[in-house]
Amino acid sequence: MKQRIRLLLRYFAALLVAVSILAPMLWLFLMSVSSAGDLAQIPLRWLPRHWDFSRYASLLTLQPGQPGALFLHALANSLLVACGATIISLLLAIPAAYSFSRYPGREGWLYGSLAIYMVPPVAFVLPLYFILEQVSLLNTHLGLILVYCSMILPFLTWMLKNQFDALPLDIEQAARLDGLRYWQVLLRITLPLAKPALGASAMFGWLLAWDEFFYALLFTNNIDAQTLPVTIAGFTAGRATDDGLIAAVGILAAVPPLFIALWLQKTLVSGLTSGGSKG
Amino acid sequence: MLSLPQRERRQAWVLLAPILVMMFVLTAWPLVRTFWLSFTDAGLIGDGTAPAWVGADNFLYALTDPDFRAALWRTLYFTFVSVISEGIIGVLVALLLNQQFWGRTVLRVLVILPWALPTIVNATMWRLNFNPDYGSINALLTQIGLIDHYRSWLGSPDSAINAVMFADIWKNYPLVTLLTLAALQTIPEDLFEAARLDGASAWRRFRAITFPAIAAPLAVALILRTIDAFKVFDIIYVMTRGGPLDSTKTVSFFVYQESFSYLRAGSGAAYAVLMTIICALLIGIYMLLLLRQRKQGVSE
Repeated sequence: MKQRIRLLLRYFAALLVAVSILAPMLWLFLMSVSSAGDLAQIPLRWLPRHWDFSRYASLLTLQPGQPGALFLHALANSLLVACGATIISLLLAIPAAYSFSRYPGREGWLYGSLAIYMVPPVAFVLPLYFILEQVSLLNTHLGLILVYCSMILPFLTWMLKNQFDALPLDIEQAARLDGLRYWQVLLRITLPLAKPALGASAMFGWLLAWDEFFYALLFTNNIDAQTLPVTIAGFTAGRATDDGLIAAVGILAAVPPLFIALWLQKTLVSGLTSGGSKG
Repeated sequence: MLSLPQRERRQAWVLLAPILVMMFVLTAWPLVRTFWLSFTDAGLIGDGTAPAWVGADNFLYALTDPDFRAALWRTLYFTFVSVISEGIIGVLVALLLNQQFWGRTVLRVLVILPWALPTIVNATMWRLNFNPDYGSINALLTQIGLIDHYRSWLGSPDSAINAVMFADIWKNYPLVTLLTLAALQTIPEDLFEAARLDGASAWRRFRAITFPAIAAPLAVALILRTIDAFKVFDIIYVMTRGGPLDSTKTVSFFVYQESFSYLRAGSGAAYAVLMTIICALLIGIYMLLLLRQRKQGVSE
């Protein structure tokens, strides 16, 4: 009897957790396909009388005057900036992580850059603003990419170092004895071995850039380089009067990271436990 | 010809050089500049004249500014309540997910979703859910009879900060859950069996077996969350813009306004320095925890 009640409680708790996670997201979706009239009803009928997907259609057309002109542009900017920052960071973080992993004695620098990764962005933002202004990189993709590298680099270096640490060393030593130079060892032996983990780390870095808002808000001022989070914030600040449309934008912006998270769910926990967080 | 250790040392630095240069230009140098700015009367938009040195004036003003002090207390309240709630909910959900039941795998995947949702989308989602005219929260609470009329959750000073906190907790407790769950899974089941045979109560088993195993990773998760919660900006910007009546104006938002709305870079920098000092203490604690775990090899 007691065991039965315990099992029942367990299922009740599980149901509670599942509903509390899904309900707010489901409501966001329902808003995006309901008419304004249906949503304003009191008491609310939860399901719309007819499902209206026209907001998604208008977000995905490039015609001027349509919200899509703004949204698709921001989407392209976000993709470009996030991918650019991830690729550059990966190219710099791989040698650095290899160095930290194979030539011990410089850990201070690693912990230092990890500490700097956690310093609030407001501590850097003014000088960065002046620097970008001076080299005419305000409101450009390249400006944002460089700034994002400063966040992704320490994070990626830390993750990659942990992964390099876990690789077996004897193959590398054999290769060294065969006369390969250290960078040849890195390129031909270490990287191919670390490949699966490398992809997961890159995805985490990409998510950081996709999510970033503060710098993007301050270093961009029009659709030239504005990223998706800034555009969404602009929508909520009254540029769009249709809340259903804002909901639709939110759904679309959430799709890529949600898919990545589902895909990475196995590596996720081990990645998180070996240090670093998502900002 | 270099000796071998020396050559290796040179290789180590060659591999490190690019990232060190990049981090210096993008973080260390700006940090120093912020510090320097905080002693000047610089504006955000130059008027052709060089900013004048004003000594500690900005700091003297900042430390006596009641608005800043209010923002600081508000941020501490937000940080404290969010992190404690995330800790409690996070651990409870992790304990649940460590039990055997049908559908456990699905639930484990579900818990990742809030964490993966972009911060801005999360803020937007809750802003709509809390909407005074048709938000789901109002609809739900009236339909089950908890409130008798629709409320403006984000529009009234006493509920706005709690509503924002609610959204923050919903998104971030999964991080605590994931880290705790990883630790729970390292506990061998026989330990519990043995304790059960010895007649230890559930609470006793939690205190003697479970808690020691999760304490270290939990501490790391909570200090990470503390650092992040103290910096809170995005969610405030989207949900309330610091309002109503400054009731959700946190320190980050305060610094942002000082620098970019009122265009006072020098004074903004001083507030930023004060905030960084507080964060530095938290980061120091985190680094100590991390180093200790490394030494014990727990985090591997």
